Amino acid sequence: MELLVNIVLLILLVATAGALVVVRGLLASTMLTSVYGLLCASFFVTMDAVDVAFTEAAVGAGVSPLLLLLTVAAIGRGEPRPVGALPVLAIVLVPVTAALLIIGTLDMPPFGSPDAPAHTHVAPRYLQLSGEEIGIPNVVTSVLASYRAFDTLGEVLVIFTAGVAVLLILATPGQRGSARPRYVPDNHRDPHTILQIVSRILIPFILLFALYVQFHGEYGPGGGFQAGVIFASAIILYGLLYGLPTVCRVVRPAVVEWLSAVGVLIFGITGVFAMLSGRPFLDYSVFADDPVTAQHIGILVVELGVGITVASVITVIYYAFANQFETAES
Amino acid sequence: MSAILEPLSSVCLLLGSFLLLTGALGFLRFADFYARLHACGVTETLATALIILGLMLQATDSALPQFKLLLILLFVLFSSPTASHALAKAAWNAGVRPRDRRGRRDIALPPGDR
Repeated sequence: MELLVNIVLLILLVATAGALVVVRGLLASTMLTSVYGLLCASFFVTMDAVDVAFTEAAVGAGVSPLLLLLTVAAIGRGEPRPVGALPVLAIVLVPVTAALLIIGTLDMPPFGSPDAPAHTHVAPRYLQLSGEEIGIPNVVTSVLASYRAFDTLGEVLVIFTAGVAVLLILATPGQRGSARPRYVPDNHRDPHTILQIVSRILIPFILLFALYVQFHGEYGPGGGFQAGVIFASAIILYGLLYGLPTVCRVVRPAVVEWLSAVGVLIFGITGVFAMLSGRPFLDYSVFADDPVTAQHIGILVVELGVGITVASVITVIYYAFANQFETAES
Repeated sequence: MSAILEPLSSVCLLLGSFLLLTGALGFLRFADFYARLHACGVTETLATALIILGLMLQATDSALPQFKLLLILLFVLFSSPTASHALAKAAWNAGVRPRDRRGRRDIALPPGDR
């Protein structure tokens, strides 16, 4: 049965990828990207990687197509037909690269093999001792936020850097910060009344769900990354329906920019705090006498830092993109 | 207890799947955008509700999965019709008008709309 589900999902993935190549028009491509993300998420669920599936559903199927849609809205949905000579170099290079990649996979161990390097190095230790050392049911969170916390700090820094880069590129010269809305949407001509009312009912629950995902990450799928994306998506939903000026009054761009750095700092200071007490960087055992309690506190603080950074960076990127669109329209 | 619940759950799941199938068929066969949207928008809401109800009737040790499924059901009941509405409205604003099978306009349009 699982084999059948896998075959169907993979066929749909290949069909979506093919359609993405063939289809002309940026709006259709964006929607197909979202479908692709959702299919990937379903595929990850069948592989029992629920945390990854959760992230893929939130980012791959949700927020990144949304940012692409904002871009399409700013630049127009037409995709010009390619002109000029055949790109011979590309036609030669792409099959060669594909062939090399396929040859590379031949050396990889078969799927699920117990001899795979990923399953013989540190993974058995994490799986066996996580219950004793960290004491939380979700091993993914204990690996992400405790055993490999330094790697996660790197990931959070990458996200923060992405936010800074977007601000550097998209912020208009002479203005400070990500969003200075000048364009006010004409609500008399086209009021989104039904959408506004339904979103007004749903947004509190979306925010509540984000908090649940944030603080329940030790016990179930979820954590700072997923919670941050869900939190930001509620803000984006509000912005899409009520206009950029309104959402900027509720969630100030300057505050969000500031918070995106605060999240990284919370993560980093947690590590430095351990160093000040003479322990290795990001060693949580300084937080409490009981090592398991100390791990709990450390993981909660670190995940909070991740959540704050992810939520505010995505909001910052949304503000920067939406500001471009509204400037282009007015 | 489970002798009643199990068949009831199966009936709900099968009915939901059947409705999804009819929606997909309508989406492929109907004439214009609005008829297609009607086919999948209406069936999808009811089908999802039936499938979630079928899953809720599956026996479990605790009531937590049932509660979570109930929340998902409420969310779908809110979001699915709203999504259909948003699609229809966006299409209307973009200038898509109802047409019949031969590509002619099917309904009288409100005054001022061409």
